[in-house]
Amino acid sequence: MTPLDSDIAHLLAGSMLLVSFLLLYQDRMFALLNFFALHACVLALSVGWQAYLQRAPHLYITALIALAFKGVFIPVALHRIVVRLGIHRTIEAVVSIGPTMLIGMALVALAIVVMLPVTATEGVFVREDLAFALSVLLLGLLMMITRRNAVSQVIGFMSLENGLILAATGARGMPLVVEISVAFSILIAFLVIGMFLFRIRERFDTVDLQALDMSRGEASGGEA
Amino acid sequence: MSPGFGNLALAGLLAVPAGGAIILATIPRYRVSAALNVAVCALTLSCAAALYAHRPEPSLYLLVDDVNTVFLLVGGLVGFTTSLFSAGYIAHELETRRLKTGDLRFYHAMYQLLMFAMNLALVANNIGLMWVAIELATLTTVVMVGLYRTNAALEAAWKYFILGSVGIALALFGTILVYLAAEQHLGEGMTAMAWDHLVRRSAAFDPALLNLAFVFLLLGYGTKVGLAPVHAWLPDAHAEGPTPISAVLSGLLLNVALFALLRFKLIMAGNAQVLSPGPMMVTMGLVSLVFAGFMLYRRRDIKRMFAYSSIEHMGIITLAFGLGGPIASFAGLLHMTMHSLTKSAIFFGVGYVSQLEGTQRIADIRGLTQSEPLLGWLLVIAVAAIAGLPPFGVFTSEFLLVTSTFARAPWLAALLGVGLMIAFSALALRLHGLAFGDSPRRHTLHAWRLAPMALHLLLVAAAGIYLPGTIVSWFRHVASQLG
Repeated sequence: MTPLDSDIAHLLAGSMLLVSFLLLYQDRMFALLNFFALHACVLALSVGWQAYLQRAPHLYITALIALAFKGVFIPVALHRIVVRLGIHRTIEAVVSIGPTMLIGMALVALAIVVMLPVTATEGVFVREDLAFALSVLLLGLLMMITRRNAVSQVIGFMSLENGLILAATGARGMPLVVEISVAFSILIAFLVIGMFLFRIRERFDTVDLQALDMSRGEASGGEA
Repeated sequence: MSPGFGNLALAGLLAVPAGGAIILATIPRYRVSAALNVAVCALTLSCAAALYAHRPEPSLYLLVDDVNTVFLLVGGLVGFTTSLFSAGYIAHELETRRLKTGDLRFYHAMYQLLMFAMNLALVANNIGLMWVAIELATLTTVVMVGLYRTNAALEAAWKYFILGSVGIALALFGTILVYLAAEQHLGEGMTAMAWDHLVRRSAAFDPALLNLAFVFLLLGYGTKVGLAPVHAWLPDAHAEGPTPISAVLSGLLLNVALFALLRFKLIMAGNAQVLSPGPMMVTMGLVSLVFAGFMLYRRRDIKRMFAYSSIEHMGIITLAFGLGGPIASFAGLLHMTMHSLTKSAIFFGVGYVSQLEGTQRIADIRGLTQSEPLLGWLLVIAVAAIAGLPPFGVFTSEFLLVTSTFARAPWLAALLGVGLMIAFSALALRLHGLAFGDSPRRHTLHAWRLAPMALHLLLVAAAGIYLPGTIVSWFRHVASQLG
């Protein structure tokens, strides 16, 4: 692996971390979805680069899944759900943006402090990749904790899973089973989430009249 | 011990519930599907029993050893009796229109998928495969918790889903770290994820990496076990889902997550330089026990109360395995078996109670021994058993644990004893209101519907009075392997 190769890998992994921070301070639903799509695309690039470096063609499948499924399909689907539920205007945050960003930076520092000494015997690439991956994971966790809204919690969870895939592909020669299964389990997870959102919407439709009115009013506003 | 027959049994253990799930998803008539559900569970149980006698050769993916056969047999038995209970339970849910026939197709398919996922998690040799199986088990239970689609059920399912997924994500990160530690010595690829290879070679692994991995695994799988700081999903999921699922959750799924934790504990135990996993597990177990003991006092919902009791008992079991040594591990294993049987029996009883009384609120349920004597008294016996009264098996295991702890760490034994007493008095207090006093109502429940509950209690009582020599030597052998 030449220095340039690992620089590119670091650039891509670092960009994912950057996008994680961008995700953290979005307060509008559609912007959040767009940035999540970007997150997944950067992940796809990063995994693709790993596939090239490790001469591991099966990783291209993982990259493709990240790109097509999480970069395109899920953001589009969530976009439609958000429009239909009429929740596109605001994202309720439990902790406001400023403190959240500070906590996020502290978490990244923590990830670096924890990971670098532990992986001292590994190659330079694996070490930093894992530190980035743990940072992305912790930021995803932070996002899930600080947001009340179901859709942004789901986005937080998926960005967390992106961090996991970054870690799994960084570990040399980790067997195919895991990558495919990770991607597959995300698919299942999303099916479940989709079902939930469907049912939650069903509740909106049938029980809570006030929510129904609100939902209708805002949904038409969103389509306009 | 013929490996050929063992392979067949192993294939059956996985293929029967998986095939059952597909078939049950297509059967519209609920009577047929409930009967088929029972038959499939019986077949799975017989496969598990066959595996006890005939072990297949281990492969890189699957492994049957002394430890997981215990879990498989307990799982198969409780799965089977719960399917019997479930048949009666859902008939009532259909009559009262809480569920529709379409829901039941889904319910039965998910029940078998859960059995498949749990069996796969138990026999998996590959730590990645084990993770996938536990994730699958989580997802199936999430959708079943949300089955009633009330706001409370959806909220409980959502909470369970989010917390369970975070737990499972942390566990995957831990799994990746274990692979990294192994990959330096076992080479890239499958062998570095095969548990039996990992255990044999773990002495050479990088201790710092293993330490970090275990912290993630303990938090991750600990969430699924329901240990105290990360237990928040458990009471809601138990209270809002269908009662057979509460029984399976408490009786089986918590054990499977604990089993995963034990697998990694053994990897840690092979390396002399790592932090000992024991004290971490003891601390989490003790905190769960004491915390859940106090929480038992303020419960208003009967299923939620017994869910907290599950947290308490998983705490005791984790503490026992964390303590280690032949006696404590034996006690942990026995307690796990007894808790599975007793707690599922309690949930069978509670399921009938909430159906007959039409409520889960403790304050609204009174005088069960008058309104439905057989059910009431069985529930009294079951709660006495779970509270740790002699002559039941739970008493035996708790007594063994307390005495062995007392010999090694008296302070810990004192704390353990206090925790047990807190939980005991909370249960005694609630039981009095539930079971005794005057009740204007009179119910009639077919005696055969109480058979699964009676069978469990009979086994628990028998184990407390006289534990057969074969079981003692079997558990002792397994305990020696658990370290």
